[in-house]
Amino acid sequence: MKNKTINKNLNTFCKGMKILVVDDEADIQSLFVQRFRKEIKSGEFDFSFALSGEEALVYLEKHHSEIILILSDINMPGMSGIELLSRIRHSYEKPPPVVMMITAYGDDENRQQAQQFGADDFLTKPLDFSLLKDKLKTFI
Amino acid sequence: MEIFSYLAIFLLIRRVQKAFRFSPLRFKWASLFTMGLWSCVGVYVLVLCVVGVLDDGLNGVKLLVGSLLLLGVVTFADKEPDFLAFRPFLRAHYPLIASTFIMGFTELILRVFPGLEDNYEKVSGVLIFGILGAFVWIFARGAANKKQLEELSFANQQNLHLDKLVAERTAEITKQKNELQETLELLQTTQRQLIQSEKLASLGELTAGIAHEIQNPLNFVNNFSEVSIELLTEMEAELNSGDKEEVIAIAEDVKRNLEKILHHGKRADGIVKGMLQHSRASNGVKELTDINKLADEYLRLAYHGLRAKDKSFNAELVTHFGEGLPAINVVPQDIGRVLLNLFTNAFYAVQQKQKKMGDDFRPVITLTTDTLDGKIRVKVKDNGIGIPDVIKDKIMQPFFTTKPTGEGTGLGLSLSYDMVVKGHGGSITVDTREGECCEFTIMLPVNHDKIQI
Repeated sequence: MKNKTINKNLNTFCKGMKILVVDDEADIQSLFVQRFRKEIKSGEFDFSFALSGEEALVYLEKHHSEIILILSDINMPGMSGIELLSRIRHSYEKPPPVVMMITAYGDDENRQQAQQFGADDFLTKPLDFSLLKDKLKTFI
Repeated sequence: MEIFSYLAIFLLIRRVQKAFRFSPLRFKWASLFTMGLWSCVGVYVLVLCVVGVLDDGLNGVKLLVGSLLLLGVVTFADKEPDFLAFRPFLRAHYPLIASTFIMGFTELILRVFPGLEDNYEKVSGVLIFGILGAFVWIFARGAANKKQLEELSFANQQNLHLDKLVAERTAEITKQKNELQETLELLQTTQRQLIQSEKLASLGELTAGIAHEIQNPLNFVNNFSEVSIELLTEMEAELNSGDKEEVIAIAEDVKRNLEKILHHGKRADGIVKGMLQHSRASNGVKELTDINKLADEYLRLAYHGLRAKDKSFNAELVTHFGEGLPAINVVPQDIGRVLLNLFTNAFYAVQQKQKKMGDDFRPVITLTTDTLDGKIRVKVKDNGIGIPDVIKDKIMQPFFTTKPTGEGTGLGLSLSYDMVVKGHGGSITVDTREGECCEFTIMLPVNHDKIQI
């Protein structure tokens, strides 16, 4: 499975949209890989994962400006999604990545906060993957 | 001279009769008194007549009869317990009896030996004086006895008064005791209600956490199921096209997904079970429990519970779970509540500090488990506001709380203390620096049951 993903990444690193998914639930990774397996196969999307806000920042440091879209959970232990968002908005001015926030609590307060810190979109758990797919395609 | 002894009998009966006027004893003795009075007069008259008719010289017989009659009355009365109070007075009659008897006897002897009459002239004065003296003595004693009786009755009255007072006091004390008993029962009922409401309050704090904790695994169950259906559809297509390698890869994925579904299903199951256990009244049954799992579960519940109430709150949760900890015999819902209470307090402490210091402050809650001296040690540390020294000794007291009215019951730590120390033979200690940190340590004996025996 891993080999396959790497192969696909190699095949599609020019045209694939690089997406970083940040969530403290490890199983979210295999879920994304399976949900988007056709897109990954066709090289449309290229997913990377981080288990925390801190890990995401480290990853962004290394892969500067490669990532064009970030999907982040808000509710994580340690650095929250909102904090990650505000850091990204501070340090990555050019080109600014698209940031979508995900939360289990689909309430206005979180939404307003996310928008205030410059989130491009707001999704609630449970994730509607077909909706997410549509949204991602509009960003290409 | 004989008149004195009869008079003495008469007066004695009258006196006792008078004294019994207001006593219930008068009914018992009334007829005997009357009979005594009349027979006294009767015997006197009879003796006078008999002696007068027979021989005037038998004067001594009158004296002897009078003294013996008096002796009879006194002896009889002396033996009766009813006349106990008159005993000194009764005994005052003996000199009269004796002197009358001696005079009567002397006169009878003179009758037999008339030659001694000259000598009698010499002693008769003494004898008359003796009888008069003895008669006066009776009344002197009578007066003294009366005084004694009065004093006695006064003392009796005092006693009655005291008895009454004692009875009143006893009634008062009994009443107070009953009132206290009622108050105690009321307090015990209230205590049970408070414990129940404390439990419900902590369940309320948990609800949001539980919802979140169940929602996550449920999302995974749904998502992995959906994706597996898609994979199987794809597998059918691959089978038709005969790509065996791809079919095997898909089957692997489906298998892995089913494992994940099972895992997350169990996770939700465990949370629901834990919640039920928490809300249920503790049945006090000890079960072999994995403390790491229990602590982890409640840490998450407490965290998400708080997060649901305060969306802006965030804390770093650091866990150091000791490896290879033995499962120990505890009442899981009790220890769960203790841990929940410690976590909730820790979150509250860092939340308060965050309010003071703003966003620069990074809240950290550290949960550590390990073993020490054959006991399991659970440490819950926070870098919050800490506990001031002045109240450090009070935190385990019931109803002591630093939270605003209505926010805390003040029972959390007090109940925790009871459950750990009394329920499990463990200990709970606190180490804190005001404004910097606070660390609660629970020690639970591994073989508590053996120690109890």
